[in-house]
Amino acid sequence: MKEYRTISQVAGPLVFVEKTEPVGYQELVNLVLADGTEKRGQVLDTSDEIVVVQVFETTTGIGKDTGVRFTGETIKMPVGKDMLGRILSGAGKPKDGGPDIVPEKRLEITGAAINPWARGSPRQFIQTGISTIDLTNTLVRGQKLPIFSGSGLPHNEIALQIARQAKVPGSDEEFAVVFAAMGITKEEENQFMAEFERTGALEHAVVFLNLADDPAVERIITPRLALTTAEYLAFELGYHVLVILTDMTNYCEALRQIGAAREEVPGRRGYPGYMYTDLASLYERAGIIKGKKGSVTQLSILTMPGDDITHPIPDLSGYITEGQIVVNRDLHRKGIYPPINVLPSLSRLMNLGIGKGFTREDHKKVSDQLYAGYAEGVDLRGLVAIVGKDALSERDRGFLEFAEMFENRFVRQGKDEDRTIDESLDLGWDLLKDIPEEQLVRIDRELIQKYHPKYRKKAE
Amino acid sequence: MEVKRTKGVLKRIAGPVVTAVNLDAHMYDVVKVGDEQLMGEVIKIKGEDIIIQVYEDTSGIKPGEPVENTGLSLSVELGPGLLTSIYDGIQRPLEVLVEKMGDFIERGVTAPGLSHDKKWDFKPVVKTGDMVSPGTIIGEVQETNILHKVMVPPNVEAGKIKEIKSGSFTIDDIICTLDNGAEIAMMHKWPVRIPRPFTEKLNPDIPLITGQRILDGLFPIAKGGTAAIPGPFGSGKTVTQQALAKWSDAEIVVYIGCGERGNEMTEVLTEFPELEDPKTGKPLMERTVLIANTSNMPVAAREASVYTGITIAEYFRDMGYDVSLMADSTSRWAEAMREISSRLEEMPGEEGYPAYLAARLSEFYERAGRVHTLNKDYGSVTVIGAVSPPGGDFSEPVTQNTLRIVKCFWALDAKLSQRRHFPAINWLNSYSLYLDTLSQYYDEKVSPEWNPLRTWAMEVLQKEAELQEIVQLVGSDALPDEEQITIEVARMLREIFLQQNAFDAVDTYCDMTKQFDILKAIKFYSDQAYAALKTGVMTAQITGLKAKNDLPQIKYVKEYKPEIEGIVKAMESEFTKLREAA
Ligand SMILES: Nc1ncnc2c1ncn2[C@@H]1O[C@H](COP(=O)(O)OP(=O)(O)O)[C@@H](O)[C@H]1O
Ligand SMILES: [Mg+2]
Repeated sequence: MKEYRTISQVAGPLVFVEKTEPVGYQELVNLVLADGTEKRGQVLDTSDEIVVVQVFETTTGIGKDTGVRFTGETIKMPVGKDMLGRILSGAGKPKDGGPDIVPEKRLEITGAAINPWARGSPRQFIQTGISTIDLTNTLVRGQKLPIFSGSGLPHNEIALQIARQAKVPGSDEEFAVVFAAMGITKEEENQFMAEFERTGALEHAVVFLNLADDPAVERIITPRLALTTAEYLAFELGYHVLVILTDMTNYCEALRQIGAAREEVPGRRGYPGYMYTDLASLYERAGIIKGKKGSVTQLSILTMPGDDITHPIPDLSGYITEGQIVVNRDLHRKGIYPPINVLPSLSRLMNLGIGKGFTREDHKKVSDQLYAGYAEGVDLRGLVAIVGKDALSERDRGFLEFAEMFENRFVRQGKDEDRTIDESLDLGWDLLKDIPEEQLVRIDRELIQKYHPKYRKKAE
Repeated sequence: MEVKRTKGVLKRIAGPVVTAVNLDAHMYDVVKVGDEQLMGEVIKIKGEDIIIQVYEDTSGIKPGEPVENTGLSLSVELGPGLLTSIYDGIQRPLEVLVEKMGDFIERGVTAPGLSHDKKWDFKPVVKTGDMVSPGTIIGEVQETNILHKVMVPPNVEAGKIKEIKSGSFTIDDIICTLDNGAEIAMMHKWPVRIPRPFTEKLNPDIPLITGQRILDGLFPIAKGGTAAIPGPFGSGKTVTQQALAKWSDAEIVVYIGCGERGNEMTEVLTEFPELEDPKTGKPLMERTVLIANTSNMPVAAREASVYTGITIAEYFRDMGYDVSLMADSTSRWAEAMREISSRLEEMPGEEGYPAYLAARLSEFYERAGRVHTLNKDYGSVTVIGAVSPPGGDFSEPVTQNTLRIVKCFWALDAKLSQRRHFPAINWLNSYSLYLDTLSQYYDEKVSPEWNPLRTWAMEVLQKEAELQEIVQLVGSDALPDEEQITIEVARMLREIFLQQNAFDAVDTYCDMTKQFDILKAIKFYSDQAYAALKTGVMTAQITGLKAKNDLPQIKYVKEYKPEIEGIVKAMESEFTKLREAA
């Protein structure tokens, strides 16, 4: 392989190389420093005159004396069944002292789009044991449902609780977890790893770690390695894979950094104009395929800068993912765990996986009614702050009380409390019974007759 | 240009935009890029540099690889076989792609838009000696339950029929020849960026009945009209578009998933074949053409997808059909333009969008309309575009530029969707500019009472908004009796009439008669309530009227007539009792 020493410019994570033979777009590049260290990069722009290489590590030490080798192929990743149980770096190198991965295949990490015709519809209910997810924002196999959180909030605990409790009732198929950390702290890493070891999850997991002090640009490939692994496990080996990507905010920051180094015209708040497309190339790598056994379910975590859901990172994510679970600071301050605010939360695939034959026939309508009641109660809190409780009508006081109960009994649950969907539904009805029946306009009469505690008691 | 150089070489590759040299080309020529012959389109010519957007992933392509100009513009194949198809942005059938390359979309595979082997039964409707001209319908093919009308293509010169066949043919077989030598097959191609011709545009004065109460009732759209549905993520753009695709009384539906989710397209694919058109009882899929260029498919093909869609829509319009086209989401299309434009290093306009954003948007919506076709039939294309403003902020360029063009604005509101008030269309901000032109239709076809009822409902809702401001300061109990009743009536309008559950088998579609009956029942309550108040009945008794509690349930009942009549009667007798007691 030819080695060039024709670097003309280094700017941030970018290296400009001149006078090369034709080099392919997106080709993998090896850079050999004067002291023999090797670094990797990828071609972002190629022409007769100049080739722009994005380096996945710091460019410290790169200079005119650095040798550049173009490998002639795009970035591929070795995958194999023995990856399960392994801990790898954010660039895919073993980090646990174990041997290199014995490749059964080498796969392109960019990953092609699943043909929409080939997709199967995700409708298998995953019970997480958390009421605010199972009942009101149901997760199904093959869904991409991120957690929108803020710094210092217990999103990791929630993600771990989901990973620990998640099950498809009545199924014992093979499952695996692919965990990719991007720029998380050592402390967070310990939290995840300790938990994986405690529960024995590590055996079924592949872990990619890019920590806060690892190179930021490496974060561009970490999730792609993770998703390539997940697709391999799911669609070639038949596993049901849960992918946890954390923290997507760090990923986006790395993207912004590269855009700035390329002197691109920035989009909203300095993030690249193509961030939507780029994020889609990650988030869309979830789903199920007709006629194949496995599935890829994505649970990414992102921290909203300034708790602002309109910030480009949560905003563009929410436009791509199939809903979002929003973790809320006020609920956290009230000491409620898990502090999930159901109002801005959403599961778009919920309707496919619930109801008769899936969970229970009253599921959707109970959920709608709980939402409506809670929303009304929360609104009234604002009013109470101005006019006092006494100025409220009796109806309004009822909803105010309902909102309190909803937070304290329905939202709040233990870190190890694993509620079945029936338990969550019954809990929902137990709260609804305090609302006058004629105000339950979201539920049809037959369901009320069948499930409302008032009638059930009579029937029993 | 002297010698036509149809083969050039690549000079630069940067993402979906590549540069070729030593090539003669015109704008929008389709070219084959690289050793793998990826499909691309010329989008800029700058001196010797021919700049090309490539519809497939360009990874691994090197400078020096060949580029070949086909000399043709990006076109779609139009003929029998379009219905029930699902295409990518450049009309490659996704089903065929799965057969050719498996579950993932790899590159370098071509697939024609229509099957060239399949035979269709062609029945002529003209005969030898007849004079025909562009747009004349010369025969028919029973494609699905829809009759596909075979036309003289717009670019063929008028002439007399020399020969016309009848029987089973492929779309390439010549089925008709004219005395001027023109040969006509069932399929012709049309360049997507050029609107198909028609005789004249007509005033849109017939509503597109959508079965959605808030739309038909408050903010109706006309056949051949334009509408935008802007809203933040999760507010209901897609569900609304899908509801319109399912239930609106168009004869043909073109649904474009432009830069959105893969699973949403799968949902349409699995759901539509099982649903029936409420008018014809036939599977909805049979009148539908889908275009799916999801967010992770190449952006250049995303840019092309809306043109592919609208050209197919115009083609069915030219047969004399009422077509409705949904584009979800036009913002992703605009972003594709932005992405390509920034790779071209063009001067960015507002928020990085190219300066021609407004022009492209209006050219697109301009292709909507109710027309007199070349064949002198009536046909229409209604265009409904979702808009996805960043952060839900309607002041951004795509929303603003769209608003200047479209005639219906259905503003989605996160506040409403968060409390699961669906469709989360804000009744105070939304509008329809078709109200006047459509009022005659409602008068004649629904009821003379319809227009006044609508006005009344709108007034109550507006009044409620004013009252809510006062309630926010003093609480609802402090309002005078009459206004408390207004609040109650407005609540009924919101909860019973405006809210509509797209996932309830019955409520998802509500015909005009049922809409009318529901509104009338609420108005009945309202009239009785004010009258009762005058005779001294207490407000709490009026708002607590038992019989009205059954009204919301009407939505979920298919044969609702006896029930709603019962409820109205019960309300009446309850009011009578109250008045007598007072
Ligand atoms: N008319 C409706 N009836 C019931 N639910 C709805 C309706 N419209 C939207 N929803 C709910 O809102 C969610 C988000 O709607 P969607 O159309 O996907 O939003 P958007 O396209 O604006 O992001 C849906 O998954 C569904 O749960
Ligand atoms: Mg949508």
